[in-house]
Amino acid sequence: MAIDAIEKTAKNLILTVQDYALFAWRAFTNLYRPPIYWPEFLIQADIIGFGSLSIVILTGLSTGGVLALQSSATLAAFGATAITGQFVSLTMIRELGPILTGVMVSGRNASSMASELGSMVVTEQIDAMRALGVDPVRKLVTPRIAATICMLFFLTIVSDACGIAGGGLVTVFMNHQNGTQYLDMTWEHLHYPDIIQGLVKPLFFGYILSSIGCFYGMRTTGGTQGVGRSTIQAVVWSSVFIIFVDFLLTQVLLTLMPPL
Amino acid sequence: MSDPTLSAQPGLHPYGPAIDASPVVVFRNVSIAFDGPPVLHDVSFSVAPGETRILLGPAGVGKSVLLKLANGLLRPDAGSILLFGEEISHMPEEQLFPLRTRTGMVFQEGALFDSLTVRDNVAYQLIQEQVPDNEIDRRVRDALRFVELEETFDLYPASLSGGMRRRVAIARALIRQPEFLLYDSPTGGLDPLTSATIIELIAKERDVYHTPSIMVTHRIQDAFLLCNNRFDPQQGGMVPFPKGETDPNTTFLMLEEGRLIFDGSLHELIRSENPFVREFLE
Repeated sequence: MAIDAIEKTAKNLILTVQDYALFAWRAFTNLYRPPIYWPEFLIQADIIGFGSLSIVILTGLSTGGVLALQSSATLAAFGATAITGQFVSLTMIRELGPILTGVMVSGRNASSMASELGSMVVTEQIDAMRALGVDPVRKLVTPRIAATICMLFFLTIVSDACGIAGGGLVTVFMNHQNGTQYLDMTWEHLHYPDIIQGLVKPLFFGYILSSIGCFYGMRTTGGTQGVGRSTIQAVVWSSVFIIFVDFLLTQVLLTLMPPL
Repeated sequence: MSDPTLSAQPGLHPYGPAIDASPVVVFRNVSIAFDGPPVLHDVSFSVAPGETRILLGPAGVGKSVLLKLANGLLRPDAGSILLFGEEISHMPEEQLFPLRTRTGMVFQEGALFDSLTVRDNVAYQLIQEQVPDNEIDRRVRDALRFVELEETFDLYPASLSGGMRRRVAIARALIRQPEFLLYDSPTGGLDPLTSATIIELIAKERDVYHTPSIMVTHRIQDAFLLCNNRFDPQQGGMVPFPKGETDPNTTFLMLEEGRLIFDGSLHELIRSENPFVREFLE
């Protein structure tokens, strides 16, 4: 019995990975083939981009602030509090900005995509769309993926800027250090490889969180309970996958563009 | 829909059966299963032009599955399905979309898009085809007039009753004057009066436009109502056939545990000796 259960779980896992790979590939190739539904893209860009702006600003500000708070004590022990700005900006731009934005947007939007599409599946709206001769992947999934990739890129820039600003506020008003020095340090030690690394990641994270959100939404079964299950799976797997891919990407990008 | 200009769409046959007499849909030894015993097993039948097939059977025997196979929403594990003469069992999804635009489907609960108004729901296909707005409005109003729901033009599906939603779904299925119609339990869960209204609309489509169709139902009274009545455009409603007569183009199919156990006319159905048919009728 136990072996049967393991076999069934393993088969399900392999089938899910296979289905996701096919789904993600189809959605990706649709990005370059007409018809492209621009109104849907703009609606989703508004929902995902502007809708997520407040949480991204708050997350960025507090993460930058926490980084400045935590680092100042350690750096003070070495008499190096002057490099707080460098520490905050490099950490935010290369790592924490992209990943925190990815995870926050995933929590908000992968769940919303899974529940919205899942509800459409269980009420046969997706089948109705197919019966009316419209491809739901092209109409519903591709605009969401394109909008997420595009908006996560800009949200990450906002998050990085807010992180640096949050670090600056803490440095000046709580650690009582020089603000000009902080700003000089954030800027001086920032190089193009750092910026490229920080801006390549959100492109991958956007694709991952939106494709996983849509994938679980589109394969929802089991009524309203199934919609809940799909939503949970979408958030869990997109967050885990983002963190895992971040590790791989960092490794690749550090090899391609070693820090100066 | 009563507007004759609407009926003058290319490739349509609003006032009689298609000239081409080949079947609209053909099932040949079709079987399908989902993680268990077969839902449909070795099912074969066809729908001729102008023919209305009423698919009977209790809940859970695979009626809706059969309907979704007919326009390629599901794919069979074995056997072949021909829609408008084209084999669709293994046809890629992209090639199925144009074929599906020639069919209309009414889903069990209507399956209206809840974020769109009735106008946008009914006009969904026309909007995708970028038909001008004034043309869309005119055709939507015609379609809504056909189902007697013109006043719902600007409403959202959430504000409609169950019966109204089915009627809007019928309007959506009919807006492009399809060549083949699929009704999935159009009266399921409705009160007898609303059910009769829906059946009258189906009879109207059958007798005015002669569109071939498959209607799934587990309500024998609805099946008999459709078969024993015709739509009279002069009276604007259904009138019964003379005693002993039924609509010759309305025939029956019956499923039992995924197998097709009956294919014939109402008279043959009533005289059937099959114990399952007898039990179902009684």
